Amino acid sequence: MDRTELHAIAERELASRAPVRIHCCMAAGCQATGAAELRSRLDTALAEAGLAGRAEVVPVGCLSLCGHGPLVSIVPDGPLYASVRPDDAPAIVAALQGAPCAVRQVDRNAPFFARQRPVVLRASGSFDPERIEEYIAVGGYQALATVLHDLSPAEVIEQITRSGLRGRGGAGYPTGLKWATVAKSAAPPGDGPRKFVVCNGDEGDPGAFMDRSILESNPHLVLEGMAIAAYAVGASQGYLYVRGEYPLAIQRLTKAISQARKYGLLGAQIFESGFDFRVEIRVGAGAFVCGEETALIASIEGRRGQPRPRPPYPAESGLWGCPTLINNVETFANVAPIIQHGPEWFAAIGTATSKGTKVFALTGNVRNTGLIEVPMGMTLREIVEELGGGTPDGSPVKAVQTGGPSGGCIPAARFDTPVDYESLAAAGSIMGSGGMVVMDATTNMVEIARYYMEFCRDESCGKCIPCRVGTVQMHRLLSGIASGHGSAADLAQLEQLSQLLRETSLCGLGQSAPNPVLSTLHYFRDEYEACLAASKDPG
Amino acid sequence: MVSPSAAAPAQRDRGAPPADNRLKIVEATMKRHQYRPDALIEVLHKAQELYGHLSPELLALVARRLHLPPSRVYGVATFYHFFSLAPQGEHTCTVCLGTACYVKGAATLLAALEAASGLRAGTTSADGRLSLLTARCLGACGIAPAVVLDGTVVGHAAVEPLVERLRALLNPAGA
Repeated sequence: MDRTELHAIAERELASRAPVRIHCCMAAGCQATGAAELRSRLDTALAEAGLAGRAEVVPVGCLSLCGHGPLVSIVPDGPLYASVRPDDAPAIVAALQGAPCAVRQVDRNAPFFARQRPVVLRASGSFDPERIEEYIAVGGYQALATVLHDLSPAEVIEQITRSGLRGRGGAGYPTGLKWATVAKSAAPPGDGPRKFVVCNGDEGDPGAFMDRSILESNPHLVLEGMAIAAYAVGASQGYLYVRGEYPLAIQRLTKAISQARKYGLLGAQIFESGFDFRVEIRVGAGAFVCGEETALIASIEGRRGQPRPRPPYPAESGLWGCPTLINNVETFANVAPIIQHGPEWFAAIGTATSKGTKVFALTGNVRNTGLIEVPMGMTLREIVEELGGGTPDGSPVKAVQTGGPSGGCIPAARFDTPVDYESLAAAGSIMGSGGMVVMDATTNMVEIARYYMEFCRDESCGKCIPCRVGTVQMHRLLSGIASGHGSAADLAQLEQLSQLLRETSLCGLGQSAPNPVLSTLHYFRDEYEACLAASKDPG
Repeated sequence: MVSPSAAAPAQRDRGAPPADNRLKIVEATMKRHQYRPDALIEVLHKAQELYGHLSPELLALVARRLHLPPSRVYGVATFYHFFSLAPQGEHTCTVCLGTACYVKGAATLLAALEAASGLRAGTTSADGRLSLLTARCLGACGIAPAVVLDGTVVGHAAVEPLVERLRALLNPAGA
């Protein structure tokens, strides 16, 4: 495989396409609402209309408006149909020949689409994620070719550093700096691979599905990013850790890896260079704490997912004691676009300290539920009111929750907060991996705090005492308050325990577990006090 | 590979000889991973996929073959939510309790299903017909609330139709 061959594959692929493509979303959300049957009905309808050859049905990745699936998009320049039923297939095919069509259409110029700035999701929903040729046709693996032929590992790291990319898993650590640390860490002596690249796809935040969607819709983009990272840091083996709850993502990744190997884009001597890179999938088994990097390493090594104190950081001593680069799915997905368009292009998007875009899963009580990618710095109001379209019944939005069990609830009064790492932290929440749950007056904030604490209690790995015992106590106090058995002393103890967990827990799970409590206490203290006022045993 | 595992082939003769096809597949999975201890979670995934749950005998076999103390295998099998040490019902109904589903009324939905089936979440009916389970987050937040019924995801799940389906599963004769 060389660059000429890559171009030849892309050209062959483009030439073999029918002039009109019916893109049928086959991501998990649309599949759950009947996309598979719809796809086969569309195929039948095309054949019956005698349009085979002039149009084709293509199963594609996420088309973004997940709450209104199944989605069908006609390319080029055709309509986007929503909530399509299998029975609608003949009408959609007839519309290709100019017949009027009553199937619900969505305006592509609506703010939900028009205000997005897709970088990671650019090609998502425009090709069949199960065929590597389609990925190559949209420019896939060109960044890897560029890196292997034209750039030294140090130059790659320099480009990533200049782009200003920060970790998309939530903490926002500068990606270039992390890569540089792994690159200069000396590998211990021994046989076999001595440095590793790990992709963290253990998306455990309830209410978040960005990584699932990226892995399902564009698996090669993540693999290409991992390969570029491996070249930059000097690794030859990679692991992709995916949640067991995401069977479709696992299936598509498995297929993607085998196709990439067949074309010589993974494996030995990639692009006929001296660079080898192999990737294995590791399937998670349902433990939220495995999103923490040292717990993730333990899990890949086949042990219980329990964290250990840092330092040493995995960049110096990770898998089997070797230097290990761990990045999130979305972080890796940003790498190839940065190489392709240049770090300056990327750095021009976003704010002074948070560059690029962020993918969010916009869910909850919001009209337009789905996956969005917006430039950093857009305000919460723009996201919730303009892209999201407010609540379904037009009632006022009360708050938005970001960052899952480690994040907080931001009230509508603070919706002018721009989404960047620093502003969200200043508002008492975190960027997190990208879950954004919209809440209206029907959601009780004490109940939400209790819900998240129950989650953290169940997911605490049990290794350190502040988290193991503290989450149980905090959950007990919150349950008491929510059910009308709380007292002012309980509230004070809740605040005290919050401080204790923050300061003394071993890992991020325990340290951030009080965040939902503290943010709701800060912004919605009246709801706690209302619970206390209604309490059956005051004191 | 770097994992501390070079001693694996010597153990092939030990342990129970593969009896039925499922055991052969578990054995092949371990062999594909060269009996490396770090493959433990992968092997348990395969074993559970084949048997539906992880019995004490199965755990003991895996421990012997991967040359791991049984405590370590048991520890891993009980640490992760995905692994089940008890057999599951013939049918399963899993209610997602992720935040988006929760905001959209998953708790009410679960309470209705518990009342209709007479089961508490996380348990299986005495006749082994149905397991009522919960999930942390299926990542199907766009179609919340989501429920998985016998492996098929049901989006925008409404209480009434689901209760009907559960009753039908529990009582196929309609008695």
